[in-house]
Amino acid sequence: MEIVKTDIAIIGGGGAGLRAAIAIAETDPKLEIALISKVVPMRSHTVAAEGGSAGVITDKDSLELHFKDTVSGGDWLCDQDVVDYFVEHCTEEMTQLEHWGCPWSRQDDGHTNVRNFGGMSTARTWFAADKTGFHMLHTLFQTSIKYPSLKRFDEYFALELVVEEGRCQGVVAIEMATGDFYFIQAKAVILATGGAGRVYMQNTNAGIVTGDGMGMAYRHGVPLQDMEFVQYHPTALPGSGILITEGCRGEGGYLVNKDGYRYLQDYNLGPVVTEPTPKTMELGPRDRLSQAFWHEEQKGRTVETPLGHAVHLQLMHLGEKKLMERLPFISELAKTFLGVDVVREPIPVRPAVHYTMGGIQCDGTTATPLAGLYACGECSSVGIHGANRLGSNSLAELTVFGKLAGEHAAAFSKSNHNSDAGLLEKQAKDAMDRATALLNRENGKERVAVVRDEMATTMEEGTGIYRTGDGMQATCDKLDELRERYSSVQLQDRSRAFNTEWLTTIELGYMIDVSQAMAHSAINRKESRGAHQRLDEFGERDDKNFLKHSRAHYNADGPPRIDYGDVTITKLPPAERVYGGAAKKTAA
Amino acid sequence: MRFSIYRYNSETDREPRMQDYVLEEIEPGMMLLNALIKLKAEDETLTFRRSCQEGICGSDGMNINGRNGLACITPLKDLDEPVTLRPLPGLPVIRDLVVDLSQFYRQYRAVKPWLTVHDPEPEVEFLQSPAQRDRLDGLYECILCACCSTSCPSFWWNPDKFLGPAALLQSYRFLADSRDQATDERLADLEGPYKLFRCHTIMNCVQVCPKGLNPTQAIGRIKKLMVKRSV
Repeated sequence: MEIVKTDIAIIGGGGAGLRAAIAIAETDPKLEIALISKVVPMRSHTVAAEGGSAGVITDKDSLELHFKDTVSGGDWLCDQDVVDYFVEHCTEEMTQLEHWGCPWSRQDDGHTNVRNFGGMSTARTWFAADKTGFHMLHTLFQTSIKYPSLKRFDEYFALELVVEEGRCQGVVAIEMATGDFYFIQAKAVILATGGAGRVYMQNTNAGIVTGDGMGMAYRHGVPLQDMEFVQYHPTALPGSGILITEGCRGEGGYLVNKDGYRYLQDYNLGPVVTEPTPKTMELGPRDRLSQAFWHEEQKGRTVETPLGHAVHLQLMHLGEKKLMERLPFISELAKTFLGVDVVREPIPVRPAVHYTMGGIQCDGTTATPLAGLYACGECSSVGIHGANRLGSNSLAELTVFGKLAGEHAAAFSKSNHNSDAGLLEKQAKDAMDRATALLNRENGKERVAVVRDEMATTMEEGTGIYRTGDGMQATCDKLDELRERYSSVQLQDRSRAFNTEWLTTIELGYMIDVSQAMAHSAINRKESRGAHQRLDEFGERDDKNFLKHSRAHYNADGPPRIDYGDVTITKLPPAERVYGGAAKKTAA
Repeated sequence: MRFSIYRYNSETDREPRMQDYVLEEIEPGMMLLNALIKLKAEDETLTFRRSCQEGICGSDGMNINGRNGLACITPLKDLDEPVTLRPLPGLPVIRDLVVDLSQFYRQYRAVKPWLTVHDPEPEVEFLQSPAQRDRLDGLYECILCACCSTSCPSFWWNPDKFLGPAALLQSYRFLADSRDQATDERLADLEGPYKLFRCHTIMNCVQVCPKGLNPTQAIGRIKKLMVKRSV
């Protein structure tokens, strides 16, 4: 086993990990940084974000409004002190990205432009056409190359954390090309591994979005927070789950059912408007829009396509010029995947799992309860998304909290030394032995693809857009069974060089743990809030008992233990979430 | 549907071989990558890279029936049988369809692909008119999939000296950016017979680019800037 010593190890080379790396390099160029990623950074899932990134910039807007939109959008399950910090720092991060070369779309006067987005009360979403994540990621990656203190470990698969004396002190990784093991010893570790959308069948996520970082922290006793809140994006392509950005609706797209009727008016999102109007109709929040689709499907008012039920997203009325300028990638995707010309035809869309609101519990500085371990981006639960994330808050999050994680981890690394090398290496060797045992296992009966598909299917069935106690129980039971069966997965591929079956199987272990955290957090939340909606007797929000963060604690011998933590409410007491015409009335 | 796929494991094989596969169930609109994922569920040793599965991350570049492309946005219905899949040409193979892209990334890095500004940073954004921003169109969409550089004979001959179409496209992306102030340094770095001038406008890069970009045109524009700079 190779041993590498560094000051800070960052796991994950997407937007959050790169932003953290740059922050460390700028804080102190003498600190050594190891950036470990199972893909080359620009293959990370940040690349697929389309619509944009929030930051208050216009005269009509204010930090107060962004704060209120985020807290009410999250159905009050947000930590308001952290939301305050977040909204205060978004715009400087967007400007910083511009200085680093991010090709933001522009207004005629040369200033950066913003568009409307769901649940936001005014235009505040910075965008680079409809490839905002792509451009942010490439900008961060390109900028990161400048810093010599950053050593990248591209295509190294992070396997396990090493924890000694109550501090996280490194990570064991597999060099994918060779299958060789590395122990990367560090004084602080940052997890920036992204979400876990792949635990569901229909999702908008890249194949790499498997919750590894969540699983790694969880197995070391770090709670996973608010995991029952899984976001369904209302507009993805049926079958493939490919994301069709909310930016389409921000630019003025309509959603219609099979009768050509703008059905959202039936779900407290009206009145019908022809121009994009904040918080109204198609610019309602994602949870409400996905729930509306579910009801339309129940009523038999959806469109049948060869790949399942859908509704129609109409963009034709926006005209070719605007579509080519603002939504070129969507036009390309619709053409490539469905043969649809968006200038002339509607795009069939349906909800698909998109984002994990919850994640690794951390405080407002990104510090987890495990000393020396920080988490940022989608893998973390820093407390800003609550029960439903607003579109364009996650790209902003990864910059604001990526930077913060870098600064805090840098400070921690300077005041802490590693424990006895022998103890750390012993742990690293144990991790290596476990992974090797999986590779060498004989006579296992299960196939990784089979167990994975059954997991994704049961998650969809029991913990989807609407949930029932019985359904969730069935999923919890099924996950128990799958966890058992996972221990006898048999690999066909026994070699070490780029063995993707081996790595996929390790990922699956983490995915099953994360699924259990989601399903058990869900069944224990006996209320309905944001993206967690129950059809049984717990159909209402219950602030008395459940204005609380759920926390799932890992249990090696069975299902997780769930307990609860307080939500920080500073200035906006819980109230009813209102959209459409009612929102206007409340604001007035 | 029949497939013939290049198999090689750097750890155990002395020689590569082609292996035949058959996929019975083809769904409407299925892409080549979906077929590979299905074949892999049957034979887990079959190895390829993949991530976003929608043509934006650039992971799954490969040689498809003799032409470089992205598996995730190549519809099966457009392919003749047997679908012959090989790794991107000209690079060391790690395993099956996975190649070692180190050289490709080194050349990317060599063009210093980041915005360079000598003036002090303002408090707000640099101004850029929509027309100036539009000059990045056709340049800034590159996903670094390596389809172009690995289809370029000049790159095959001199992968360490000729920067290749992908890196040169990136170079021009910054030269064309109204905010960048390193034009002279960038052009000076491209001097010499190889880095830029090994492009002989064969235009394979344009033929294969899955994003419809035109690296040859960008290279031509750099050459014009070089001429202007030298007079």
